[in-house]
Amino acid sequence: MSLMQISEPGETPEPHQRRLAVGIDLGTTHSLVATVRSGSAECLPDAAGRVLLPSVVRYGPSGVLSVGHEAHAAVADDPANTIASVKRFMGRGVADVAKYGALPYHFVDAPGMVGIETAAGVRSPVQVSAEILRTLRARAEESLGGELFGAVVTVPAYFDDSQRQATKDAARIAGLNVLRLLNEPTAAAIAYGLDNASEGTFAIFDLGGGTFDLSILKLTRGVFEVLSTSGDSALGGDDFDQAVARHWRKAHGLADASGRDTRRLLAAAREVKERLTSAESADALVTLTWGQQLHLRLSRREFEEITAPLVQKTLGPTRKALRDAGLAAAQVDGVVLVGGATRMPHLQRAVEAFFKREPLVNLDPEQVVALGAAIQANALAGNRAAGDDWLLLDVTPLSLGLETMGGLVEKVIPRNSTIPVARAQEFTTFRDGQAAMAVHVVQGERELVSDCRSLARFELRGIPPMVAGAARIVVTFQVDADGLLSVSAREKTTGVSASVAVKPSYGLSDDEVAAMLREGFDHAQADRDARALAEQRVEAEGLTAALRAALAQDGDLLTPAERASLEAGLASLDVARQGTDHRALKAAVEALNRASEPFAARRMDRSVSRALAGKRLDQVSTK
Amino acid sequence: MNPEFSRNHFELLGLPVAFAIDPAALDDAYRELQGRVHPDRFAAAGEAERRVAMQWATRANEAYRTLRNPVDRARYLLGLRGFDTGEESNTAMPPDFLMQQMEWRESVEEARSSRDPAALEALRREIDASRAEMHARLARALGGERNYDAGCSLVRKLRFLDKIEAEIDEVLETMAGSAG
Repeated sequence: MSLMQISEPGETPEPHQRRLAVGIDLGTTHSLVATVRSGSAECLPDAAGRVLLPSVVRYGPSGVLSVGHEAHAAVADDPANTIASVKRFMGRGVADVAKYGALPYHFVDAPGMVGIETAAGVRSPVQVSAEILRTLRARAEESLGGELFGAVVTVPAYFDDSQRQATKDAARIAGLNVLRLLNEPTAAAIAYGLDNASEGTFAIFDLGGGTFDLSILKLTRGVFEVLSTSGDSALGGDDFDQAVARHWRKAHGLADASGRDTRRLLAAAREVKERLTSAESADALVTLTWGQQLHLRLSRREFEEITAPLVQKTLGPTRKALRDAGLAAAQVDGVVLVGGATRMPHLQRAVEAFFKREPLVNLDPEQVVALGAAIQANALAGNRAAGDDWLLLDVTPLSLGLETMGGLVEKVIPRNSTIPVARAQEFTTFRDGQAAMAVHVVQGERELVSDCRSLARFELRGIPPMVAGAARIVVTFQVDADGLLSVSAREKTTGVSASVAVKPSYGLSDDEVAAMLREGFDHAQADRDARALAEQRVEAEGLTAALRAALAQDGDLLTPAERASLEAGLASLDVARQGTDHRALKAAVEALNRASEPFAARRMDRSVSRALAGKRLDQVSTK
Repeated sequence: MNPEFSRNHFELLGLPVAFAIDPAALDDAYRELQGRVHPDRFAAAGEAERRVAMQWATRANEAYRTLRNPVDRARYLLGLRGFDTGEESNTAMPPDFLMQQMEWRESVEEARSSRDPAALEALRREIDASRAEMHARLARALGGERNYDAGCSLVRKLRFLDKIEAEIDEVLETMAGSAG
């Protein structure tokens, strides 16, 4: 599946090697898939010509599953089995979803993340999201006429580690090779910046259906550098609908409306909200379950009054992002509006008043994220055109830290650090002969552990007996280019170590993901094995070809013994490739990948060395 | 074994090992290096390449972050010269600096209780001026004077300034937050 890159970064492979890659905007209310075709990004429509897929999944009677428009049509009639805005539940626990107010679902408490009771049994938000992604994948493969090489999936910039991990798992369950998780405002900046050849400092104001992000970026000669990001992962257009529905419930004495009626009121609220973008007033007729008809009417002025606090709520994160970037509002060269909710006139006015500049809306605010993701996917898949060597430098939105004595947080990686980033912190034992140390990883800005989100707990055991304060325990945090954290701990004097990919807290183990993945395919065991074997064979062929090319090119970096060992690895991979055991083949691929890492490191060193030497030469020649 | 990876931050970015730095040259060198090693350049490559790219990009970010910030750069340079700034262990400060500290702290508290953002902004400007002056002294100490002990003491003082400024930001943030 993945081929090692033999060509220089930025070079395009031969036309026949062009890989199919897509960008997916997995939104709270709508999702989209886009790709780059003949040099420009475009959203892919469904058979009926619609690009927006409602992010709604219905687990209907007798096991019938529907996704998108069809599911959306059932929202009011079968609310408990029709899951909308599932993005709000990703990586969230029961206590979190309780804050969203009355929802028509039966939530099941599960460690780390809620489950939802449906006609098809308990479903995790990860599985619901996977259904949406699977639908978009099918749309893309049909439209592009082949299997996808990979996808870039967008997430709100302000998503924490649990929410990001949940999104990545959903994509894996949908059978997608995730090339990168990309922050939504950054995706918008790519689409906007490349389209307009912009330079300068930009604020991306992204208010989607359920999330709010504000990112400040600097665009200089093809480098998109995120300076800071802030937001609210529980604020979006949905809240404006809720506010209107609440207003009507109060006005019409419907305090304890049923799930169905709540859904009907919400649907009417959304419709009225959308019409108020251009109209001065709008009305809706709602028939309640007991037959009563309600004639609902709202003027734009009333709407703006009801939702003013929500508009105000976006300005706090905006100020924070500017302060973190060390900028005043006047120093921003452009403000880009992203997300369907930024169509609301009073929101646009508030943004304009804050930045004292008219926001830019020349790209469709609903499509721009998917388009940017498609451009990034195209580049990551290795389909860059010559000279198309822009670079993206993003940041981690929230500080990462550890619990120390007294329930206090010691920050290890501050928010807005450019990723990938690694930091180590040293701790010691506080009791004589202490044999274990608990490591509790948290994310957030507050000083108390109880006010931050708990990401993982693990224990470093086997510390040899020492007096208090003598052990030197180094805890290392690594955030990768997807913004995902892994943590390891090591006692320095003895080398005892423990590490964890930050995952357990939110509830899905690797085995559970694998089980969900299997559930998704209605294949017999034999079919699954055949598919796995075919995938591993492609993987093995790619690895063999790339490693042979690397050996031919940079073989002089190896000692004869090292070279012989890699050749032996290639030979045993070849043997495994002839067999039919996909597990043995996978093990051989992994072993050779591990064994070739020092070689890869030396090759990278050589590449940097040559670049530096070239630069030093330039400096000499210009003097 | 991997000579480039184990170079110091200055060498890695092709800059002279000195406190005085050309910010534009630093930015250019960093972007050029990231353009070569960033994981986005290897997303379609094998696992070994992707891991190596992540380590390199992490290394490049660390070097850039350290050199961009004057206090971090000074601390790092002093470390290369064999001097430990001792910020955790050595908290002894000259009395006049301590007096100044206490005055600033009191001003922050006053502004907090009287909810006076203008006073905080003024205080921040005062601290910024003081910082600029210390940066100039730091440049002299680590440059021509080669007075590394004075450099260590200035780094310790500047760290105090950063802490106060962080407090000011926090107070301003709470004020803005509660004002809606």
